[in-house]
Amino acid sequence: MTHPLRDRTAVAGIGQTAFAKSLPETETRMAVTAIKAALDDAGIDASEVDGLASYTLERDVEVEVAKNLGLGDITWFSQIGYGGGAGCGVVGQAAMAVATGQCSVAVAWRSRKRGSAASRPWAQVADRLPGAMQWTRPVGLLRPVDEIAMLTRRYMHEYGGTRDHLANVALAVRAHANRNPAALMYEKKMTREDYLNARWVSEPLCLYDNCLETDGAVAVVVVSAERAPDLPRPPAYIHAFAQGINAQHQTMTNFYRDDPLAGPAWACAPALWRNASVGPDDVKVAQLYDAFSPLIILSLEGYGFCKRGEGGPFTDDGGIELGGRLPVNTSGGGMSEAYVHGFNLIAEGVRQIRGDSTAQVAGADVSLVTSGEGVPTSAILFTKEPVS
Amino acid sequence: MIEGQPLPELDADTAPFWEAACRGELVIQACASCGRLRHPPRPMCPYCRSLESRWQEMSGRATVWSYVVPHPPLLPAFMPLAPYNVCVVSLDEDPLIRLVGNLVDHEGAPINSVDASTIEIGVPVRVVFEQVADDVALPRFVRL
Repeated sequence: MTHPLRDRTAVAGIGQTAFAKSLPETETRMAVTAIKAALDDAGIDASEVDGLASYTLERDVEVEVAKNLGLGDITWFSQIGYGGGAGCGVVGQAAMAVATGQCSVAVAWRSRKRGSAASRPWAQVADRLPGAMQWTRPVGLLRPVDEIAMLTRRYMHEYGGTRDHLANVALAVRAHANRNPAALMYEKKMTREDYLNARWVSEPLCLYDNCLETDGAVAVVVVSAERAPDLPRPPAYIHAFAQGINAQHQTMTNFYRDDPLAGPAWACAPALWRNASVGPDDVKVAQLYDAFSPLIILSLEGYGFCKRGEGGPFTDDGGIELGGRLPVNTSGGGMSEAYVHGFNLIAEGVRQIRGDSTAQVAGADVSLVTSGEGVPTSAILFTKEPVS
Repeated sequence: MIEGQPLPELDADTAPFWEAACRGELVIQACASCGRLRHPPRPMCPYCRSLESRWQEMSGRATVWSYVVPHPPLLPAFMPLAPYNVCVVSLDEDPLIRLVGNLVDHEGAPINSVDASTIEIGVPVRVVFEQVADDVALPRFVRL
């Protein structure tokens, strides 16, 4: 039986602000700027929008966005939690709302000011920590990078992963950013020597294993598959969508389950492939959530592009670079374009389907985007044509 | 940014762990019905869904499962200690029960007292506690 969401909706418009270390605009101003740009791209008037989807971390709640854009009656709105894990879920749930008739034009967005050091959540903890943080922060496991470094060290121990594999990831996404004028690292080349000489942040992870911290906003417009072909831009069909939390998962500090190196991707991916009529071998290009370089290696395994433990070698010999077996994060991703909580990955996944990426993969008819691994996550498969 | 060291907020589920830690004892929550251990503590047993639990004293013997060495930028309280280590250890009683703490040279030594290049996954350790507040003692690990 055909999955009821398969190819029923499409992204008809994408929009974004500039990405920078620091922008003067407020998050609200950036959000509505990106949404307006996405609507213009889609050729749809703001008065038609009746669905709104965003992250729970969003400062700009629906009413602010609606007031600014002069929206009319909103008949569906929703938010998803878990930071960087939300992205594809936000768009996918908007697709569900359009496909089920809860709304007809949904916009989804993320607006984020995180360029300044003082804005980082890890630096804003209270004196007394409830919940899962009480087991880690008091003993000095303070930042997301420390939490992922803990899993990375174990991964290296179990599978023989090396810093060279992590360098492959950092260098591949940087090379892609060097082709993308919108990327923060557009003009900043990186060599393997630069990587290996970079300062430690949390051993075994160095500076270049980390995403950027940036200001910026990205928005997308979701409409029905019936309407999408009549709009100005080529549709990126939402072929399949899934979310995932696996058994005994602990967000970021996934140390307490039987198999800590298998994160939420191991729940999301089987659902994604079950909902799709294509498989990993059909994917021509992937935007894999990259708050940290090892998450790309883990995601290559979790989404079935290689076996457990083979994600590192998969990146050898330009494996994830343009021209390689699976080009990954072709805009530069979170590590070299901008860190908009993965929403820039969604825009790039759409551009690959449209054929206008600055690192365009020839014949990109199936494009995967994933959201944060290490947290409750989500993923979308975009296709150029309905394939069901 | 807080100046002091962040500390656990004791609640109905976690207070017994921290109270035992202040006595120098490592206790882990166990299901009163099926007996399985679980950590972090929570109201329901994920194996048999019982709401009844008890606290079981552990030997404190464990092995290093993984470790990291954080460098700045860090919270102010940790800056003078950097680089230090944080370890996850697997308890001997049940290797799937993992605890986060710091390897130290000897009981009472600071969290940067071990040369990080000598830390190895799999080495056996013993859990000790360092009293850091009236109601909090944090887990540290000493190599056997």
